[in-house]
Amino acid sequence: MPPEGRAEDRGGHPPDASEELETAVSPDMSGTAQQASVSSAPYVPAGRYELEVNGTRHTVDDAWLGESLLFVLRERLGLPGSKNACEQGECGSCSVLLDGVVVCACLVLAVDAVGSSVETVEGLTAAGEVADLQAALVESGGVQCGFCTPGFVVAAHDLLRRRPDAGDLEIREALSGNLCRCTGYGRILEAVRTVQRGRAGARG
Amino acid sequence: MRVALPTTLEDAVEALASEPGAQLLAGGTDFCVEVNFAQRRPPAVVALRRVEALRAFDVAADRVTIGAGTTYTDMERSELARVLPALAAAARTVGSPQIRNAGTLGGNVATASPAGDTLPLLVALDAVVRLAGTAGERTVPLAELVTGVKRTGIAPDEVIVEVSLARHDGSQHFLKVGTRNAMVIAIASAAVVLDLEDHRVRVGLGSVGPVPLRASAAEAHAAAAIDWDTLRAGEDELERFGELAAQAASPITDHRSTADYRRRAVQVIARRGLERCLRDAA
Amino acid sequence: MPAGSSTTGAGVAERVRPGATGAGLGDSPPRPDGVQKTKGEFAFSSDLWMDSMLWGRTLRSPHVAARIRGIDVTRALAIPGVRAVVTAADVPGRATFGLEAPDQPVFASDVVRYHGEPVAAVAADHPETARAALDAILVDYEGLEPLVDPEKALDAPPIHPDGNLFRHVRIRHGDPDATGDVVVEGNYEIGMQDQAFMGPESGLAVPADDGGVDLYVATQWLHVDRDQIAASLGLSPDLVRLFLAGVGGAFGGREDVSLQIHLCMLALRTGRPVKMVYARDESFFGHVHRHPARMWYRHHATRDGDLVKVEARVILDGGAYLSSSNAVISNAACFAPGPYRVPNAVVDGYAVRTNNPPCGAMRGFGAVQACFGHEAQMDKLAVALGVDPVELRARNALERFDRLITGQVLTGAVPVREVIRAAASLPLPPDPPGQGADVLSLPGGAGGTADPDHVRRGTGFAVSFKNIAYSEGFDDYATARLRLEAGPSGVLATVVVATAEVGQGFVTLAQQITRDELGVKDVVLAPASTADVGSAGSSSASRQTWMSGGALQLACGVLKGEVMVRAAELWECPVASCVYDDGEVMRSDTLERLALDEILAHGALETEQEYHHRPTKALDAQGQGDAHVSFMFAAHRAVVDVDPELGLVRVVQVATGQDVGRALHPVQVTGQIEGGIAQGVGLAVMEEIVVSEGRVRNPSFTDYLLPTTLDMPEVVATLVEQPEPDAPYGAKGVGEPPAISSGPAVLAAIRAATGLPLERAPVRPEDIALSSRA
Repeated sequence: MPPEGRAEDRGGHPPDASEELETAVSPDMSGTAQQASVSSAPYVPAGRYELEVNGTRHTVDDAWLGESLLFVLRERLGLPGSKNACEQGECGSCSVLLDGVVVCACLVLAVDAVGSSVETVEGLTAAGEVADLQAALVESGGVQCGFCTPGFVVAAHDLLRRRPDAGDLEIREALSGNLCRCTGYGRILEAVRTVQRGRAGARG
Repeated sequence: MRVALPTTLEDAVEALASEPGAQLLAGGTDFCVEVNFAQRRPPAVVALRRVEALRAFDVAADRVTIGAGTTYTDMERSELARVLPALAAAARTVGSPQIRNAGTLGGNVATASPAGDTLPLLVALDAVVRLAGTAGERTVPLAELVTGVKRTGIAPDEVIVEVSLARHDGSQHFLKVGTRNAMVIAIASAAVVLDLEDHRVRVGLGSVGPVPLRASAAEAHAAAAIDWDTLRAGEDELERFGELAAQAASPITDHRSTADYRRRAVQVIARRGLERCLRDAA
Repeated sequence: MPAGSSTTGAGVAERVRPGATGAGLGDSPPRPDGVQKTKGEFAFSSDLWMDSMLWGRTLRSPHVAARIRGIDVTRALAIPGVRAVVTAADVPGRATFGLEAPDQPVFASDVVRYHGEPVAAVAADHPETARAALDAILVDYEGLEPLVDPEKALDAPPIHPDGNLFRHVRIRHGDPDATGDVVVEGNYEIGMQDQAFMGPESGLAVPADDGGVDLYVATQWLHVDRDQIAASLGLSPDLVRLFLAGVGGAFGGREDVSLQIHLCMLALRTGRPVKMVYARDESFFGHVHRHPARMWYRHHATRDGDLVKVEARVILDGGAYLSSSNAVISNAACFAPGPYRVPNAVVDGYAVRTNNPPCGAMRGFGAVQACFGHEAQMDKLAVALGVDPVELRARNALERFDRLITGQVLTGAVPVREVIRAAASLPLPPDPPGQGADVLSLPGGAGGTADPDHVRRGTGFAVSFKNIAYSEGFDDYATARLRLEAGPSGVLATVVVATAEVGQGFVTLAQQITRDELGVKDVVLAPASTADVGSAGSSSASRQTWMSGGALQLACGVLKGEVMVRAAELWECPVASCVYDDGEVMRSDTLERLALDEILAHGALETEQEYHHRPTKALDAQGQGDAHVSFMFAAHRAVVDVDPELGLVRVVQVATGQDVGRALHPVQVTGQIEGGIAQGVGLAVMEEIVVSEGRVRNPSFTDYLLPTTLDMPEVVATLVEQPEPDAPYGAKGVGEPPAISSGPAVLAAIRAATGLPLERAPVRPEDIALSSRA
């Protein structure tokens, strides 16, 4: 069960930085909590919205709306597979599919994913979509500490789906947003090539 | 923090206007970094991802109009890439595939980083930006809209709708210098456009001033130096072109690079850009 | 003598099919945690969660050097949701910690000595509340003039009670006045590299009912962390239990305590579990970095090309606190000349204290910096002598029974010439691409800057060596507990070690060793913790295969003996008639056999063994002594393409010959080679913590650049296998050598391509483009 910690309303306080603090940590108590919906009504009532992740609907409750999708996945929805190596889109360890497109979950405001489909490494695994890729990564030695691995699984899956016949430079470019500090990429690229051969063979 | 998820431009403008201090969120590739690191905590956010109208683009004979919500991947892969190859080249250098799938043209303009990768080409092509606010719409040349380092003349209630660029006969190139082959902030960049109808060369420079720059003296020199029948220019003239482009730059020294290097880089990439344009045309 | 060599990289698939054949030593079975990691199911220290958990955050000094006049935490404590705020005043036990000496405050109390030094920590219900609490803590700083020039440190007033000199290592070998007919000299500078492991510092501390605390944390050495935490908490060590949580890489950056004591203090203060995760920018401040170095070298040689003398002066900037600087400077001094026969040497190494960011262990540990120096010198010497640089190195290469400048005689495997020949003879890459090439295959990549007609290629070579394990009389050891029992699905071996798995694959090796020794297929590793077993020592210094592998080998041997004793009892025969054979015991006189599960049906067998390597000695006042256990040698050849007008570099290929003793898991060895080379390439061309006036200017992945898939060269490797006599299974450590001479080889290649001396790493574009020869 993910943590639910939430600060209470602060009441009176000095201005300056605390102005933003109050907004940041105090929930909007002004109206009844409604479901966030994609509609013409401009503002989402604070704190409660629904996300579709890996085919399942989740209700996110009492959340600060500044939380990233990465934070919500990891700390509220019990999906820690996506990783937090940098939280600024420079490492790809938080890669997820948003409406089928690979993005960094740390750069998506969680509430902005309302109405979209989110697929994480857990979902791709459960759906059996990446079994050959996962097996190849392990066999080729492409997994050392493993922190970058989920991001590579998602990004490589996206690549192989879109461009099954990608050549070496195209593979490298497609994975250039995923940093690995342990492997030097050699075994990871080897795994991708193995999967390509396997899938091409299966296609006949 | 309150968040609005409008699906139409009108709703987006209304949401922006109704909350003082509300800020726009498109791809999140700049915005969310600042939120994650507590550098930005607006009281309200208007997310534009669902406003489909912002992702449209139009290719006409003499003009291309690109919706502010167009992503870098769109710029790389759609028909836009055929029509504006230098824009596709610039888009290709932004961040990573993940970033390119989310980041938008409008975001690049609104962030107005001196290193914004689309900006050199946009200024070279005299891009015009259409904005929508509560008072209606207006158009502003990009060169006027971007006023300083991460500063624009966009009003608090305005949304960038689209950017339009003139089309020219003649090729265009974008070159970006960075110390790594991916995910790198430009140390210096240049967009060079050959305008075969007006016999002009257009040059936009990035990362070498607070705003994207036009290298006017270099442009004038090239226009005069190029033999427009054979589309050739002498080696010395091309060297001079590079030097003039470098002189147009007003770079700084920071943790990424030095002013001297940036000047040298501009000199080299401006010249190479023009050489390529001429080679393409010949 | 040589046991043969093998080619990895492209050749691995032919030689060993991972997972398909055996699962013992020399095979490449899949790692036991691999599948979990690919599914995102492996729990890293930042993935931990517990009911009623609080979030911790650290307040860090914005100043490089300042006096603290006062700290006021009342406003922070008043924020709803903030459960605790702790400062130096709250440290119950020893106020300081440190690996070599406890010279670093848990929290700064009277003075801060570096940009980002911890001043306080908070625990709150939500990370944003914790952030708000930090903003509400008032610290009254009085700025001090920082000491930022390491060359001035020894003359400057002390910035710490222990003074500004960490250590001076003085090595005098042979005749200090010897000279050679050919002399070359140079000054070299190496910037500050960061380990930049992907998994940020993180952990979860849980207060225990016995007044102690359980800490789940990513680290390289559980027991040394435990001891420092216990000292600062004022608790006996058995009340502080550390459990290894998933480690997202280390490379030396997790040897020092970072958040451990802070986290335990918060947990004990609040009575609740507290989790802390450093953000990436904070991580750059939260751990030690590689020592920046300034080196002067002078090499003397005969006209025939034999080295006569090496003189070197090395200054390592250790930053504000000691960490492991004493050992790093020792390495830099001992390995200053490189793996060559050097009859005379005058080496002075200084590690000094400044107000720059603290530096300590990073893969290669002093040998990296020295290698940039000695290999640049060897190339200069080759030019001065008019000889081929590879031949010069081969000519002077160390051999077995040679004496180092420390006076130590090499008694193990010393295949220096072999690794040189191996690297030099690997196939070169195809010629540089011409017009029409994919931009990604040119310097500058997708930036599209290069003009293929004006790209220059260069090839460079470098050789290195370094010690394995700890040195200078340190009684390094590792412990392994092994349990054998008959379970419902057969015989099960359980390995209990505190060895920190940081990605290197010791978990795989442990299974291979146990399978081979005992003939048991099912081998599980218990979670590593201080509660269950003695210390395994650090996962560093390329030592765990030797040390923890050795401990496990001992434990297997002991249990094999006990199995045979049991068999002898069952058969009522002398133990001497029993032979252990691949998971069974055979009686040599009757040829009867007993399976292990029959023997274990009478009860499980368990042992705990400690493995010590043979003793080493301290260096004396002349820097002489048998200070090291063993050595690893490697050679690298780099091919680069350079755009000289812009100074942009593409590293095309790195070839290596590496002395591995015996490749116990060829695929994992390949992984270490490729990963280490990536770090060497990074240091050569793009990685540097930019520090000005003591301030870190680039604490993010935006501006601390790691090589991406588009920056990584092709790697081809030959493993040179000459079994190391003293080492368990004849295997040497393999983690550090790939990160040592790879960077210098890249520098040498860039010099060859540009004709520029380039005496600084990382090479920046302006170093090439703005030189007078561009």
